Amino acid sequence: MDYRFRGEKMNYKTDIAVIGGGAAGMAAAKKAAENGYNVILIERDNAVGGVLNQCIHNGFGLQYFGEDYTGPEFKEVLEEKVRKNQVKIISNSNVLELFEDKRIKFVNREGIHDIEFKALILTTGARERHINSLGITGDRPAGVFTAGLAQRYINLMNLKPGNKALIVGSGDIGLIMARRLTLEGVEVKGVVEINPYPGGLDRNIQQCLKDFDIPLYLSHSVRKIIGKNRVEKVIVSKVDENFKFTGEEMEFDVDTVVASVGLIPETRPFDIVDTQNGFLVNNLNQTNIDWIFAAGNCTRVFDLVDYVAKEGERAAEYASQYVKNSDEIKKEEFKIIPNENIGVMYPQKIKKDYPVEFYLRVKKPMEKIKIEIPELNYSKVFKEAVPSEMIKIKIKDTSNIEKDVEVNVYEHS
Amino acid sequence: MIAVIGGGIVGTLTALELLKYYEDVALFEKNPATGMETTKANSGIIHAGYDDEPDTFRAQFSYKGNKMYDDLAELLNFKIKRPGSHVVAYNDDEMEQLYHLAENAKANGFEDDEYEIILKDRLLEMEPNLNKDAIGSLWSPIAGIVDPWEIAQRASIAIRRNGGEVFKNKKFVSVDKKNDKFTLHFEDGTEFDADYVINAAGLYADEVAKAFGDTVPEITPVKGEYYLLNKDIKWVNSVIFPLPTEETKGCLVLPTVDGGFLIGPNANETDSKEDYATSEEGLAEIARDAKKLVPNLKINPGTIMKTFAGLRPETEEKDFYIEKGKDNVIHISGTRSPGLTAAPAIAEYVADMFQEKLEKKQRNIELKGLENNLELIKQDYDKWDEMIQKEPDFGEIICYCNKVTKADVLYAIANGAETIDEIRFFTKSGFGECQGGYCSSKIFEILKDKKDGKLKNIKKFTDDSWIIDSEVRK
Amino acid sequence: MSTVKELTCVVCPVGCKIKITHDGEKIESVEGNRCDRGYNYAVQEIKNPLRTLVTSVKVNNGNYPLASVRSSKEVPLNKINDLMNIIKNTKVDAPVKKGDVIIKNPLDLGADIVATRSVEKI
Repeated sequence: MDYRFRGEKMNYKTDIAVIGGGAAGMAAAKKAAENGYNVILIERDNAVGGVLNQCIHNGFGLQYFGEDYTGPEFKEVLEEKVRKNQVKIISNSNVLELFEDKRIKFVNREGIHDIEFKALILTTGARERHINSLGITGDRPAGVFTAGLAQRYINLMNLKPGNKALIVGSGDIGLIMARRLTLEGVEVKGVVEINPYPGGLDRNIQQCLKDFDIPLYLSHSVRKIIGKNRVEKVIVSKVDENFKFTGEEMEFDVDTVVASVGLIPETRPFDIVDTQNGFLVNNLNQTNIDWIFAAGNCTRVFDLVDYVAKEGERAAEYASQYVKNSDEIKKEEFKIIPNENIGVMYPQKIKKDYPVEFYLRVKKPMEKIKIEIPELNYSKVFKEAVPSEMIKIKIKDTSNIEKDVEVNVYEHS
Repeated sequence: MIAVIGGGIVGTLTALELLKYYEDVALFEKNPATGMETTKANSGIIHAGYDDEPDTFRAQFSYKGNKMYDDLAELLNFKIKRPGSHVVAYNDDEMEQLYHLAENAKANGFEDDEYEIILKDRLLEMEPNLNKDAIGSLWSPIAGIVDPWEIAQRASIAIRRNGGEVFKNKKFVSVDKKNDKFTLHFEDGTEFDADYVINAAGLYADEVAKAFGDTVPEITPVKGEYYLLNKDIKWVNSVIFPLPTEETKGCLVLPTVDGGFLIGPNANETDSKEDYATSEEGLAEIARDAKKLVPNLKINPGTIMKTFAGLRPETEEKDFYIEKGKDNVIHISGTRSPGLTAAPAIAEYVADMFQEKLEKKQRNIELKGLENNLELIKQDYDKWDEMIQKEPDFGEIICYCNKVTKADVLYAIANGAETIDEIRFFTKSGFGECQGGYCSSKIFEILKDKKDGKLKNIKKFTDDSWIIDSEVRK
Repeated sequence: MSTVKELTCVVCPVGCKIKITHDGEKIESVEGNRCDRGYNYAVQEIKNPLRTLVTSVKVNNGNYPLASVRSSKEVPLNKINDLMNIIKNTKVDAPVKKGDVIIKNPLDLGADIVATRSVEKI
């Protein structure tokens, strides 16, 4: 849809547009600008940083900066580098549509505007799955929050969501919130996890649950939420190996439910880009459209912010190469084929003669595994693999690829 | 003065219709917002109208109501789509029943191109995901889908715009009669004098009738549970029905106006008119029944957006009851399916009954409608940009999933929304894929400003549904 | 009576799984560590676990109502509640800069409470 020029319309032309100003986007924008290109970074919130702004705990940047930062510190250090490199940041602005003639439309308080670019980097992150998606029965009272929303209320808005809470999901976000709520005087009665193993890191189990005597109920799931207006109680049931309720139930007297039940890569509104549970990319962070690159949680959900920042920089490197001379980027691409033990595989495609860094998650915990990538002559044994920790495999030489690349994980005795 | 008790789809459209002919009309709704009980929790279908035997109110009003929806949509400017509907048959007996429904259609006044029996090949071409055992269907292109609460809410605004009044948080408890005038008493202790009353109290119409000394058929709440699935997979293009039974139209699979999909409902009697809880058996029941229609339906955390339940005001007669009582009151009751479809026709019928049995029409005016449907405007980038130039709040996105802006939220508040749910139902913020994960805190912030800082006064909807307990650091 | 505690060392990315046997007072054995730092971490975890405290302080007249803070060094876990009480009663005026010392060496534990976010004055 063409619009007519209207006075003070903001109509931008740039080399590289980056959509989403979280860790991946800031790193991408910084790198592209360092490479000498004009960069516009567009962000929907009133500040860049994404979830870093509300993740006030530490553990960020050990690899990317060589420091142990809290989320806000990581964001400020990276933002300074972004601004120093004269990236144009447009905040409080939402992308509406992407057009095939290398243009996006966005909206803000000044109106609806266009950005024309030569290459695009998508770093739109992930959103939380809502507990409504689990089809839990019972009432639908006030007092049910996703973990990220509760974190935002507490850390950014100074608002306490309740007094007695049950946490659903033992991923790192749930564990961090268990500690945060406890320190602020909310009684956390327990963490409920449907799998027989916890979803988050060992250190968070120790520092968020054990330190505060918060019980962790593995192989348990929420069966029913009860409350006329506000949450009054939650019925939790044990589950068997097929995740069916066994009938062994517990009742929790709580007024708050905080649910950390999964992250979903945010791929809207980019309909023309291939996605399947996240944008599909190759080892150049290129999507199915060769001028569109993607990095970070909008492709697959990563463990550490350090990884997404690195991916952002990689996407910017190749986007820069594309802008410099798109013909020089080789076109031949193969599929990456994960075997049945792999739950998450990244990237999903591979171009030969370019290095690759695989990130993968096993489907279930395994004591010892062997990973074989025959087409790349790779074979290695790893100790203890769990779904919550990504395995990284860096391979520089991919010149021998002649067919689709199988990545096989085997249980090793 | 005409008092309408009950602000559901029937009450609001009836009050609006009466304003064409009478000056003083006041609507009383017990909840903080109109359209938030039976009206908001149903399939949202504007039925074609072939289901009902010709000698029923249902038949009388459904095809008629269906046809009235285009004008109503133009007046109130709400979103409506006409994807059409199939009633699907799986064996010869069921095909026979389809022919019977086709006869109903003809008897109820359908035009020839408004209904058609189609056979397997064409059916599966139109709906590739249907059960391949289907042998045919009754197809009607005139069936529509709406967000039903949207209509009641917009009708409430139109009532005010046309000189009527809408009172919320007014639960009717009793009435006194003195010299042909009624004094209505409400739970908050207030009173209101009226010459005429329209009882459109939905689930509670029998109790309200009793307060007036009239007996209407007893109402039994019959619960219907639903899954709402996301847009990722396009399951069906139109509304899919199985063959109807005596009790219900069955468990359906249908698209919503926003591109999602509804699975349901079932029909189980419940004890309480306030029991909206979903149940494992109920959800399992609708999943099972829906898969008979669309066998490869995926109902899992990757597709489910939410589950919910609604209550039908069912009576033994299974038909609408619209009669004048002993005094100057008209009772409208038993408005179960196709109540939503029939509502505009019921409103017209009641206005005629009013003239005939109570008081001659005082005037005949053209109602003032509503212009801006903010959601529809945003679909045109030029129009949206124009709105932003006049009002920058229109460019500030609050709900990312549904592109709801700060101006939309403020408009809802200006039109009486005081709770989170009212704002959500009015603007559809929080109704998208993230179910409020992103926008909830922003809406809370806006309400906090408007409610001079008392945190526990900001509620989800009724009574004690507080969201935030207190500040973290005081 | 002896108890065995299993923990994952966090000192370096290797993440040795360490088993410590103790009787509540004395450490009886430490197994699984690959270096001295791991040994020291394990012993510390039993004797006097240390943690980085992360929380917020109230900010007056700022563009955010809170500034997130951290302890500049790890502090004993058993002092966290006392520290929180001090922090809960502390208010600062905007502007705040990342790195500002909000509370100097509370409870004489050798760690400051330091701002991790900048807050502008409104």
